[in-house]
Amino acid sequence: MTSSPPSSPQGFWHHVLQASWPWRVTWLYLTLFLFLPIAALLLKALTLNPAEIWRIATDPVAISTYNVTFFTALVAGIINGFAGLIIAWVLVRYEFPGKRFLDAIIDLPFALPTAVAGLTLSTIYSTNGWIGGFLEPFGIKVSFTRLGVLVAMIFISLPFAVRTVQPVLQDLEAEAEEAAWSMGASQWQTFWRVILPPLMPAILTGVAMGFSRAVGEYGSVVIIAGNIPFQDLIAPVLIIQRLEQFDYAGATVVGTVLLLISLAVLLAINLIQARGRRFYG
Amino acid sequence: MADSSLNQPVATAGAKSQRASRFQWGKWLLVTFVFGYLALILLVPALNVFIQAFKAGLPSLLDTLTSKFFLNAVKLTVIATAITVPLNTVFGLCAALSLANKNFPGRSLLISIIDLPFSISPVVAGLMLVLLFGNRGWFGPLLDASGIKIIFALPGIVMATIFVTMPFIAREVLPALEDAGTEQEEAAATLGATPWQTFWRVTLPSIKWSLLYGLILCNARAMGEFGAVAVVSGNIVGKTQTLPLFIEEAHIQYNTQAAYTAALLLSCLAVVTLVLKYFLERTAGIQHRGH
Repeated sequence: MTSSPPSSPQGFWHHVLQASWPWRVTWLYLTLFLFLPIAALLLKALTLNPAEIWRIATDPVAISTYNVTFFTALVAGIINGFAGLIIAWVLVRYEFPGKRFLDAIIDLPFALPTAVAGLTLSTIYSTNGWIGGFLEPFGIKVSFTRLGVLVAMIFISLPFAVRTVQPVLQDLEAEAEEAAWSMGASQWQTFWRVILPPLMPAILTGVAMGFSRAVGEYGSVVIIAGNIPFQDLIAPVLIIQRLEQFDYAGATVVGTVLLLISLAVLLAINLIQARGRRFYG
Repeated sequence: MADSSLNQPVATAGAKSQRASRFQWGKWLLVTFVFGYLALILLVPALNVFIQAFKAGLPSLLDTLTSKFFLNAVKLTVIATAITVPLNTVFGLCAALSLANKNFPGRSLLISIIDLPFSISPVVAGLMLVLLFGNRGWFGPLLDASGIKIIFALPGIVMATIFVTMPFIAREVLPALEDAGTEQEEAAATLGATPWQTFWRVTLPSIKWSLLYGLILCNARAMGEFGAVAVVSGNIVGKTQTLPLFIEEAHIQYNTQAAYTAALLLSCLAVVTLVLKYFLERTAGIQHRGH
């Protein structure tokens, strides 16, 4: 009987302060800054009648922005899925000069404000820019086109693709590969059958996280794109344009569509990770 | 693995060495690809900011740096960050303390909820705040009557920034708390330490590096947030214009010098962030992960 019983006043306050006080702050903060805003959007959407919601959500301009946003974000995610795998592979398996620098700079898109990214990408990829100048003779224009949207989305989603695969690759035992090799499997066979399967959940998670981030991206895209409907106007920019015209219903409906799709992607990511844990624990 | 080729006899030594030399060749091909890809996407764009900012010479750079609107944008960005980051720190610590080393139904759902702002488009977050506090929003009439301005003013900018940076601290501190376990805290409590003493002297020291890591990321995002702030700030020059908004405005008005001067400042922030992050990962062994 050395410790005081939990029913003593000290034990009671201990419980309140250790468990309940942070608990209360957590819920108060979430309610004020997260639940209330989300509720405002969803309830505003519910005040519109279904026919009107459908009309706004399927308006040709709105549909074209979904196309541009989701398709371009998907392409960016897939490109980074491949590039991210190669980058992670190179960073984990090889030694070369400048490796640490490369490893550190992968996170630049997390650290660099998106407005800066949009500004510098639009300069470099413009027709008289360092890289855009090379592409111009081939008739390829990047800045102020959909390709510009793609470049900005690739920039913004790159770290996700690398950082989800890298730790899994690090933990992957080289022994299984060596065993496959020594038994005469070719490099391709080793890659497809031994290395890739356990990496797949991580790769898909990285692609999905990058996609999700790219879909919501505003800052870098609005600067590099021309923001012309049916060409390179993305959904988040459409929301801002609608708000500027005081079209709250229009902004709300497009915002709700984006919110619901983000939630669906989030669910998909969780399912992928749960599957990955089950199979590769 | 019913692959017939795996049943082939063990490769001869000659084939092995041949494979090794081919492998080296593959290595340099991949390394070159990575350098090329990162140059196109990250390195050249980053370098370009520094070159463009100094292109017109130092006097012109200093001109922008001391202009009134630029200084106002810097001031507003610093104020909004200085309010946001401490609030999110308190929240992040509370959320992590509530979740760590505990098991209750709905725990993983709560973690997902805390992470939710990372999945929501910043523009949609800003829209939500406009629907709450704008003059046609839920609290619009009430705020109008009491003369409080949230949208097109500092409180709106702060709330938008809080929304998008909410998860940073919690998600860094939570794993650190789980790693640290509860033994030392329990020992301190048994020895008669008050909860505050336990927190300051036992819990905080064990999570300080993770907390710092979260703070750095939260700070960088808070200073650079564009989408959410663009919706709620109204972008009134000299009043509600933050640095990222200043960049966009200058860019639209073909004031490239001003845009790149502001970009230079924010890029320095990014460099400092990356350097601190690098050292925290190396010295404190914190794992980086995707946000």
